[in-house]
Amino acid sequence: MSTLIRIGTSTCGLAAGAEGVVSAIRTDLDRRQVEVTVQRTGCLGACHNEPLVEVTDGEKAVLYGPVDPEHVDLILDRHFGGGAAQEQELSLILSRRPDHTDFPFLARQTKVTTRLCGVIDPLSLDEYLANGGYMALREALTMAPERVIAIVKDSRLRGRGGAGFPTGAKWEITRKQAASPKFLICNADEGDPGAFMNRTMIEGDPHRLLEGMLIAAWAIGASKGYLYVRAEYPLAVEALRNAVGQAAEYGVTGKNILGSGMDFEFVIKEGAGAFVCGEETALMHSIEGLRGTPSMRPPYPSVSGLWGFPTNINNVESLASIPSIILQGPSWFASLGTEQSGGTKAFALTGVVRASGLVEVPLGTPLRILVEEIGRGCKNDRPVKAVQLGGPSGGCVPAELLDTRIDYEDLRRTGAIMGSGGMVVVDDTTCMVDFARYFLTFTQDESCGKCVPCRVGTRKMLAVLTKITQGQGTRADLERLKRLCETVRTASLCGLGLTAPNPVLTTLRYFEQEYISHVDAGTCPAGICSMRPSAATPDA
Amino acid sequence: MDRGVSSNPIRRYNYQGDPLAEPPPADLMEILDRYRGERDALITVLEEIQARYRYLPAKPLQFVSRELGFPLSLIYGIATFYNVFRLTAPGRYLVRVCKGTACHVNRSSTMIEHLSEKLGITEDETTPDGLFTLQTVACVGACSLAPVMVVNEQTYGRMTPDLSWGIILKVLAQEGPRDQAEQ
Repeated sequence: MSTLIRIGTSTCGLAAGAEGVVSAIRTDLDRRQVEVTVQRTGCLGACHNEPLVEVTDGEKAVLYGPVDPEHVDLILDRHFGGGAAQEQELSLILSRRPDHTDFPFLARQTKVTTRLCGVIDPLSLDEYLANGGYMALREALTMAPERVIAIVKDSRLRGRGGAGFPTGAKWEITRKQAASPKFLICNADEGDPGAFMNRTMIEGDPHRLLEGMLIAAWAIGASKGYLYVRAEYPLAVEALRNAVGQAAEYGVTGKNILGSGMDFEFVIKEGAGAFVCGEETALMHSIEGLRGTPSMRPPYPSVSGLWGFPTNINNVESLASIPSIILQGPSWFASLGTEQSGGTKAFALTGVVRASGLVEVPLGTPLRILVEEIGRGCKNDRPVKAVQLGGPSGGCVPAELLDTRIDYEDLRRTGAIMGSGGMVVVDDTTCMVDFARYFLTFTQDESCGKCVPCRVGTRKMLAVLTKITQGQGTRADLERLKRLCETVRTASLCGLGLTAPNPVLTTLRYFEQEYISHVDAGTCPAGICSMRPSAATPDA
Repeated sequence: MDRGVSSNPIRRYNYQGDPLAEPPPADLMEILDRYRGERDALITVLEEIQARYRYLPAKPLQFVSRELGFPLSLIYGIATFYNVFRLTAPGRYLVRVCKGTACHVNRSSTMIEHLSEKLGITEDETTPDGLFTLQTVACVGACSLAPVMVVNEQTYGRMTPDLSWGIILKVLAQEGPRDQAEQ
């Protein structure tokens, strides 16, 4: 292949200034009068080093980052001007191999769903096809739908939205319903603050998601698929619209797809900014054009969903795993993970780690690998205090439990959850009471108000936490907080309320001493809360 | 087309002294026509109206009710439920500071306080000159570059309170000459 210059221009790349780098490269190439393709790609995942620029001819590749427009001349000089490598430019080199095995952040990962993110132009169907795109669909369409379901069951793929329900079993329930039509929904309403797995996948490789949905539609017998995407992700919406248009031209949507007899169409629905719409019944109400409030289950969507018809709802990552499962086989996928769950999971590794970004690892990988080897520990050499998983529905895993394996059951034992993939690392300058209060502020704000335990309970919990962070709390308040947590997590209508106490419960479990310092001594050990400064305040 | 008669049972507003006696403006009508008869389109319609007006003014919402047959109570129910909808006009520049988890632990609150103090407005307020509206946003998904600020469609990463104010000043500098040219 001829020489190519790749630049990551996802939301994260653009926020880091990639647009300026693209124009600097174009101007520089014009000046040199060299014909080189400049390719805008999605994100490789190494967001902390963005803007990322890769010069490659397929055999050799050099990855640079973070690149400023003023570095461009130096970099292009080395490749196209015959200039000697300069020190400043060399310090930007992250990898010298096309497979990036010499770049620790990427080398420790196993990329399945994000394999082509940062490698292909997400707006080009041809590039997806050149990398095996829609081969899995062609293969699946030659099989009986029951066979596809059996393969997905054998792969031990479980719902990547966080709950971990086996995907194949879910498809089977929807398949077996007599009612028709059946609907398929892709939940891309990535509402957890601190999560961007779905955004990266959609912005970087949108056709993979469409292919996964088409295979799911074949398996369950669905005729219409809704893509429910956050409106806060304009680039992702644009990438999907473009991909859906291309899919129609290519003939993988519409009537009698590839001669299989299947009819299917995609509908893109932009979410309107409501966290509760990540809950499946609320999401369906939102698609129906109503307020996104949840309903009692059962009936489950598989039985009675959109407008009362059988509806299968899957997360982006679950669906994006499907093409690889079909092409590489269920046993390969299962072998990547643990006994109970197969495959890989993507995490948005953020917080105070040195290297942050999108990380995809096999299930069963210890948390420590992500935090210490991929993330390279905390900035400023501070000790890791905890890892927060699953956002406002999740919990904190303390540093001493970093050897916990990433698996649905193992994580649940710690009190945290797998969640959808948000992973925020905090150091000793974070006050865990304030951290819990932060999440409660969010859930209280996002509670839809339909059921009392969540509407009133989260409000009361927030009030107690605020009182504690202002130095007005007592031991009795701690007891009251625990009772409130029990009530809210027992009696709420949907997942939002049922999981809202998790950030409080896990911090109480592992960092109760911090709560006690707040109420007994009136001090915030981390020095964050607006009370009297504590002697233990670390220097800022 | 006869707009006085409706096949839709919900649509029965046609009273004396109708404040909406005039037909809707053509560009609004174009939006409404595209979704006529689609019972699930209300959120999409409101999103398009907001894209057109930058917020949801009262009169277009009344037209949505009359033309598409949704009760106003339902329309306002939707408009106040979802975070993207605004019922008041924003400033020319919508400054949104991310308060996602990664931004929170990287102290985005100090950036909000700084901007709030410098601009002389609190969250969800607009400066008297109509230039800036300050808001927070749940998460824009650029967590690796936390803390993050978004001005209209442009996202800025790796912010500090001072850097964020610098961007506002840059916007102001671009505004200045244009204002003079207009005079």
